[in-house]
Amino acid sequence: MTQGIDREATSGIVGEYGAKPEYLVQILQAIVMRHGWISEDAIRQLAFELNLSRADVYGVVNYYHDFRTTPPGKHIVKICQAEACQAMGSRALTEHAHEALGAGFHETSNDVTLEPVYCLGNCACAPAVMIDSKTHGRVDAERFDDLVAGLGESG
Amino acid sequence: MATKIYVPRETSAVSVGADEVAVAIARAAKQAGTSIELIRNGSWGASWLEPLVEVDVDGVRIAYGNVTADDVAGLFAAGLGGEHGKRLGPINEIPYLISQDRWTFWRCGLTDPLSLEDFRLHQGFKALEKAFADGPQAVLEAVTASGLRGRGGAGFPTGIKWQTVADTEADQKYIACNADEGDSGTFSDRLLMEGDPLGLIESMAIAGYAVGASKGYIYLRSEYPLTHRILTRALELARDNGWLGKDIQGSGFDFDIELHLGAGSYVCGEETAMLESLEGKKGIVRYKPPLPAHEGLFGKPTVVNNVVTLASVPNIVNLGGERYAGMGVNRSKGTLAFQLAGNIKRGGLVEKSFGVTVRELIDEYGGGTASGRPVKAVQVGGPLGAYLPAEQLDTPLDYEAFTEIGALIGHGGIVVFDDTADMAQQARFAMEFCALESCGKCTPCRIGSTRGVEVIDKMIAGDSRDENYDLLVELCDTMEDASLCAMGGMTPYPVRSVLTHFAEDFASSGGKQ
Repeated sequence: MTQGIDREATSGIVGEYGAKPEYLVQILQAIVMRHGWISEDAIRQLAFELNLSRADVYGVVNYYHDFRTTPPGKHIVKICQAEACQAMGSRALTEHAHEALGAGFHETSNDVTLEPVYCLGNCACAPAVMIDSKTHGRVDAERFDDLVAGLGESG
Repeated sequence: MATKIYVPRETSAVSVGADEVAVAIARAAKQAGTSIELIRNGSWGASWLEPLVEVDVDGVRIAYGNVTADDVAGLFAAGLGGEHGKRLGPINEIPYLISQDRWTFWRCGLTDPLSLEDFRLHQGFKALEKAFADGPQAVLEAVTASGLRGRGGAGFPTGIKWQTVADTEADQKYIACNADEGDSGTFSDRLLMEGDPLGLIESMAIAGYAVGASKGYIYLRSEYPLTHRILTRALELARDNGWLGKDIQGSGFDFDIELHLGAGSYVCGEETAMLESLEGKKGIVRYKPPLPAHEGLFGKPTVVNNVVTLASVPNIVNLGGERYAGMGVNRSKGTLAFQLAGNIKRGGLVEKSFGVTVRELIDEYGGGTASGRPVKAVQVGGPLGAYLPAEQLDTPLDYEAFTEIGALIGHGGIVVFDDTADMAQQARFAMEFCALESCGKCTPCRIGSTRGVEVIDKMIAGDSRDENYDLLVELCDTMEDASLCAMGGMTPYPVRSVLTHFAEDFASSGGKQ
């Protein structure tokens, strides 16, 4: 994962979208979902294959929160920071998470990356946490500890 | 006959253990040698009862609320449908659900979202067939007569938008469904897409037929991965059975839908930013005019509608626009799917006619706060919506009545805060969120939001509080008057509401964060 996507896989994804530049956001999303992050090499290659300037591609990568340009840990834990979760104690939960994981936001510790997220659409079951691509609701400190237990070593 | 058991496959239900419950049920049935048919339905929207399991007993669906995997053995021991501590009785007798006006969400919970057969049994594609029979103009007239307004937040009359696109000459037109539901406290789009995805597909096909568009896009936020899987499967189902593609059911009408994912940008919920993103670019807001109805996606006339707006249309076609217009109040016709969220005992989706008050929703449906403490503030309409103090909760939910008090209904999210909330921090967050999510095109939004955070920090710290109060009001004026879109233009709403109703919190705030 830390190597990022290789040339062949990048070409494969570009091909899935017919090498059309209007699919750039979808292509980048596919790279992040399957390979975790977007490397400098991938940006260079996408610019070439989609006939865009590197600045165009870089601009799009840089604009969207989902498009990380550094490798994440094996697992990504996102804690909702938006209003409905705030009303149910997400600020305290976040403090707890920083301590429990030993990581601030956008930091990785023991192969677990902690990120903020602004609404998971689980606002009637707040606070909400997403671990990799699964949303968890009604998360208090104890449940948080259960959910992240073993993430670091399990892989 | 196998006993039908329903366990929702919907984000909220799954987030509190529905998948584990479904696995436990399948295992228990096998062990007991009981023949069951496990149906993963959508959610009824009573999120506070999730996971909500139903057992079909002689055609009556008996509900059990807040079921855990550990409860399953007990449910089987009591006999399926039998007495149990978590038994709620027949689903169609639960007051929270039966007192609603389910126009748009009526299939959610009821049906198997990924069964075309079930969909057809419950009116599925009837409205599209009626549209084919009646012709495009009849659809446009029904939508106009219904008084339906955009449910994404802006409240623009849908009939006028559709008629504009229909009347604009072009070789290609598009339907762009805005499913970038980013407002905190809202989940109605998600609930609809997970509970009735084929209904959304039918709605988009009707829109395409009415305006002469052969292609539709759904722009779905990436924070909804389960929704993405369900929609992907529903699109395949529709395509494989001739409900999308060339010459739909021999009508001569071609229509297909592409599903696009967002990438974590809130402002992409703004319609022109969404169009930019659909074109593969940065989600930067466009100047208007031209309106998307004239020059939208790839410069072509485009209907941009929210999920709920579109999904309201099939029943308007089936039952007539007048029927819909008969619900609601004043210029707010029909129903809205309100979403009760935050610190509330019985959170979930409540589809009601306009005119109901915030207090009625919070007390009668929501049952007050989850913490049991008094309500301090209620944010209606997402992060750009005002915080209402207790004395404003009797305001009827009506677009114009909300505009009058400097508030908005938006997408219908209602987020409750109890008396422990620090409203100065909430005002600060409004500015902070705007700074984080601003697309950067216009100065009031890009710079104003950052300055807003700084000024609020000074007020909290007690640094020239009165002068900074005046400065913040002035900054709000500038952002409101001079921003390009609602992001910068409406971020002042929550800030001003805190200044007006909760100014004392600036003195008491601990300066946290």
